[in-house]
Amino acid sequence: MAHDASASHGHDVDYLNDGKTVWSWLSTIDHKRIGIMYLVTVLIFFGVAGLLAIGIRLEHWGPTRTIMGPDTYNKVFTLHGAIMVFMFIIPAIPSALGNFLLPLMLGAKDVAFPRLNLFSYYVFLFGATLAVVAILAGQGVDTGWTFYTPYSIKSQTGVILTVLGAFIMGMSSILTGLNFIATIHKLRAPGMTFHRMPLFVWATYATSIIQVLATPVIGITLLLLVAERVLKVGIFDPALGGDPVLFQHFFWFYSHPAVYIMILPGMGIISEIMPVFSRKPIFGYRAIAYSSLAIAAISFLVWGHHMFVSGQSDFSNIIFSFLTVLVAVPTAIKVFNWLSTMYKGSIKLDVPMLYALAFLFLFTIGGLTGIFLAALSIDVHLHDTYFIVAHFHYVMMGGTVMALFGGLHYWWPKFFGRMYPEKLGRFAWALVFFGFNLLFLPQFYIGGKGMPRRYYNYDPVYTLGHQVSTIGSLMVGFGLMLTLGYLFWAAKKGQKATQNPWGAKTLEWTDAASPPITHNFHGQPTVDNWPYEYKSERV
Amino acid sequence: MSHDASTTGSHHYAHHFESADHEFETSKFGMWVFLVTEIMLFGGLFIAYGIYRGMYPEMFMEAHHALNKIMGAVNTVVLICSSLTMALAVGMAQRNERAKSAKLMMATLFFACMFLVIKYFEYSHKIHIGLLPGAFYNNPDITHPKAPIFFSIYFLMTGLHGLHVLIGMGLIIWVLRRTMKGEFSSAYYTPVEIAGLYWHLVDLIWIYLFPLLYLIG
Repeated sequence: MAHDASASHGHDVDYLNDGKTVWSWLSTIDHKRIGIMYLVTVLIFFGVAGLLAIGIRLEHWGPTRTIMGPDTYNKVFTLHGAIMVFMFIIPAIPSALGNFLLPLMLGAKDVAFPRLNLFSYYVFLFGATLAVVAILAGQGVDTGWTFYTPYSIKSQTGVILTVLGAFIMGMSSILTGLNFIATIHKLRAPGMTFHRMPLFVWATYATSIIQVLATPVIGITLLLLVAERVLKVGIFDPALGGDPVLFQHFFWFYSHPAVYIMILPGMGIISEIMPVFSRKPIFGYRAIAYSSLAIAAISFLVWGHHMFVSGQSDFSNIIFSFLTVLVAVPTAIKVFNWLSTMYKGSIKLDVPMLYALAFLFLFTIGGLTGIFLAALSIDVHLHDTYFIVAHFHYVMMGGTVMALFGGLHYWWPKFFGRMYPEKLGRFAWALVFFGFNLLFLPQFYIGGKGMPRRYYNYDPVYTLGHQVSTIGSLMVGFGLMLTLGYLFWAAKKGQKATQNPWGAKTLEWTDAASPPITHNFHGQPTVDNWPYEYKSERV
Repeated sequence: MSHDASTTGSHHYAHHFESADHEFETSKFGMWVFLVTEIMLFGGLFIAYGIYRGMYPEMFMEAHHALNKIMGAVNTVVLICSSLTMALAVGMAQRNERAKSAKLMMATLFFACMFLVIKYFEYSHKIHIGLLPGAFYNNPDITHPKAPIFFSIYFLMTGLHGLHVLIGMGLIIWVLRRTMKGEFSSAYYTPVEIAGLYWHLVDLIWIYLFPLLYLIG
């Protein structure tokens, strides 16, 4: 394998130069290289699904047909949702940043099962390819990313292969989560107790628990859907005596916790950026750490809020409504602790911090509108409108994507040993941040007025809102393309970075070179304190 | 298993572990987490079973009489025996008794085959008399309109379990071959332990399937 045990190997060569061939990358079991491979893969999917999103926005420039027909439109928004959810946002932070950073932050040489790690990358790639080919080769898929029965049983499009692709990607997600849990339990550096772990590790831990517990359930659900189409088993098919709402229960039992697979690692990134750029110890370390676990635990009990109008009993609705509001508690604990971390800190507005602030601002809007939707009577009015679309984009994009880009800028010097261009970064950030609000704020408004989601044509009264939104989408698209462009330029040509350009205290900065050597550290790092000690620098 | 290895005693362990024991403990921990995911996978089917049994209790009662209780009971005993031989095989591997360990694994495989043969006779009889899942159901004796759902659940649960039996057998064949090549010793028998854990799970799931499907009333 790529990782032979030659004498000097891994002791002075950085991981990027330890083997230059394409094969040395494709066959690597180094967690850092696997992390970079995930990163490139998910960013490609992000680009594709982002372009599809701009296609949707352009179509909505006018109330009737502008650039595509209705069938194409159905497939485009299905593809946008499916790619963004399964191929970008679920694997993005855990598999890309998590793989790279987890062992470094723990003071380990690798994840617990390096070959399983590479295997899970290929499983992911295979599942993603299968799903994309199924969608592109056949007649596309027109069910939306939720594959609701009974339509998904009857749809003539390529549901089976797409669903199998999602199932296979789920296996990859399970294996990654399993690997991380074992790594966190068994490979911490001497002295690193659970309460000395960086908060990104805590967030990844909570995420992994959800991945391991929830993903098998979507696995069996998707297999049942395939069995439904192939063997006509009738579990979900009302024509054969089954219950289509049962599919929704199964689907959301995974897919709601999956929402926290998407957001928790982002929260972990924010918890790292906040203290470093405020030059202050993180406020409420244990509260932030435990609230990650609390969110993971509650996430399993709220799936019914996706089904308030599905005909489930009023009693269930009330319970699910209450439990859903409960998620706001640990989430708010985090937000207030981040704010308190900044309080009286010496805040430095570098690009990572700008993205962290964007996260705070946008995620808070996304989170608060979530509470509106948890209220039963309001949800009945807003269900399946653009209000929902705006809400979850504020959480997913305003939350996770902002955190991801904050994290990319923050750790880019560690990944590639080179700095990104600061001024250009701030300019692109401004485009993304203001464009984002232009894109999704109007959708709250038209959604509240009754604009239904997923519709191809719309009432002309919504035209202005849609057009503002479309202009915003172009700003975001341009800003993100600019960002990805200069990031990859900087990976090769940027100014050389020092080992710890931000003066951070976590092990990947204090003990590992930029970029790290193949074995991460010279010798075994030991730990005798938590990683947020900024006392001497306190104002 | 080992790779980029440091050497202690007879076993090479991977470079990111402190000791062979550390590697063993970590592998075992990982396998336990994996078994949890298997439980969750089957959990979906158990939930579906619970919901439909709650909705149509009289249909479940009527339909389950079509299952062959004797064959199901024999298969339960067969799998429990296979778990015993597998546990003993792990114990022998741990004590450097390679030949005995290999024989016990062969016994486990024998029981596993026996299970599948009995299952084959059960399945073919049901297919023959039209007790099939969902839309393919065409048995004139059980007339309850929802009866096809019982057989959908029966075939899905036992089918997924059967698939796990096959995977478990594959794992045992793999560790058996390595045992016969002399790759394991008391210093290193992690794959035997892991395959054993998996096999016990396969057994355990059947122990729940048997009463839930065959012994309703």
